[in-house]
Amino acid sequence: MTIDDWRPGATLQRLRQRAEILEKIRAFFKQRGVMEVDTPALASATTADPAIASVAVRLHCRPGSLFYLQTSPEFAMKRLLAAGSGPIYQLGKVFRDDEIGRLHQVEFTLLEWYQPGYDDVRLVDELGELLTYLGAPPISRIAYRDAFERFARVDPFNADERSLHAALRSQGIELAPSLAAAGRDVLLDLLMSHVVGPRLGRAGPQALVDYPAAQAAYARIKAGTPSVAARFEVFVDGIELANGYHELTDAAEQRRRLEAQNAARRSAGQPEVPVDERLLAALENGLPDCAGVALGFDRLVMWLLGEGFLSAVIPFDLDRA
Amino acid sequence: MASYSTNEFKSGLKIMLDGDPYVIVENEFVKPGKGQAFNRVKVRNLKTGRVIERTFKSGDKADGADVVDVEMQYLYTDGESWHFMNPESFEQLTANASAMTDASQWLKGQETCIVTLWNGEPLAVTPPNFVTLEVTETDPGLRGDTSGGGGKPATLETGAVVRVPLFINIGDVLKIDTRSGEYVSRAKE
Repeated sequence: MTIDDWRPGATLQRLRQRAEILEKIRAFFKQRGVMEVDTPALASATTADPAIASVAVRLHCRPGSLFYLQTSPEFAMKRLLAAGSGPIYQLGKVFRDDEIGRLHQVEFTLLEWYQPGYDDVRLVDELGELLTYLGAPPISRIAYRDAFERFARVDPFNADERSLHAALRSQGIELAPSLAAAGRDVLLDLLMSHVVGPRLGRAGPQALVDYPAAQAAYARIKAGTPSVAARFEVFVDGIELANGYHELTDAAEQRRRLEAQNAARRSAGQPEVPVDERLLAALENGLPDCAGVALGFDRLVMWLLGEGFLSAVIPFDLDRA
Repeated sequence: MASYSTNEFKSGLKIMLDGDPYVIVENEFVKPGKGQAFNRVKVRNLKTGRVIERTFKSGDKADGADVVDVEMQYLYTDGESWHFMNPESFEQLTANASAMTDASQWLKGQETCIVTLWNGEPLAVTPPNFVTLEVTETDPGLRGDTSGGGGKPATLETGAVVRVPLFINIGDVLKIDTRSGEYVSRAKE
């Protein structure tokens, strides 16, 4: 602690600009008839994604069970959609443990929205419209395979582990011993975070589309060879801004993926998380065909205002909170 | 020695890598949205000074390097080793040429240096930021020329050669900045 710790890390001018961007986003969705919702930050279930660490909390009023600060409002919003909400958005706080750095804060603000009747292609268009509404250049698209071939000179669908290691080495990326035996998925993550991602969105927002099916997360798989996921991410100046899907609506497939994620947690020695039975019940009841996207609001503000650190656009970062 | 998780990585932390001691210069957390998180770390080898990059899986551990900085007085050299003494314990240590690198050219005796020890052995020697040394050889001085333009080489009593202004003479005592190897001023007698 220092004596100046009570002061905000961002200037008051930046905080005023942040407030204006919040207002504009709300105006954008109001014009389009998308309802704002405010789902719980604290819930009995959470994502099973092994790469995301939830903050678990104990409550005096519910002894014996763990609750979780939400890492995204996805599950609760899908329950609203299944209940017939129609298009909805949420602008709220989410929490991810272990993520701290120039572009990461444990607590951050996420903008997430869902459009019934949209697919991933149409939602990328709408995301582009939101960004231009906020003053950004028009959005462009590049396929996952094309981006890897252009920037890492490797075919991400067919290259074996040796070629992926070679592609990393030729970019001067040296790995610690624990990564020497990394498998395909981790090698693709390495190339994405070190080589490909930093080169995307250099001439305005850019959507990376047609992910390998192995990286579908909760997106549908599109028919075709090779099969690709109906998933996209949006980059601005090398910064990952948003992740979206044409949403999986099949409850059995959703259960299989959640269980596979828990199996991955077990083998990595991570705590398992309870499968969200309320989400699965909602899916069984019927999730409308829809597309959804989550966008890091703090990163968006940082980028729009030309700052280099999240801490420059939020009142108090974790070390001042 | 303690081990450190990537969560504890920060600049200045000394860790072991490939059997050598390193100091972290920069630590960047990177993570693709739905994938594995990494720490992309820039580290300087404390033996060679070389800076390299290394990517860790977030949550990995690295052993700490037992590296400490101690203030020691330089005593003398026998040509192969440089002898230092801890002014409090009077314990003596010898550093070899690879630990000395170019520090030796600024030392004539009695200076207080920072000796970096790794597992108790001298790894590097940092001379005082400023030393005062006498000129033993240089072209005759040009009296009145204080412009400082151009300059000329001068050999100091330790054998070091520095660029000095034209008005400097043999026998002058100079203040030198060892970090840049540059002449600062004439020292007051």
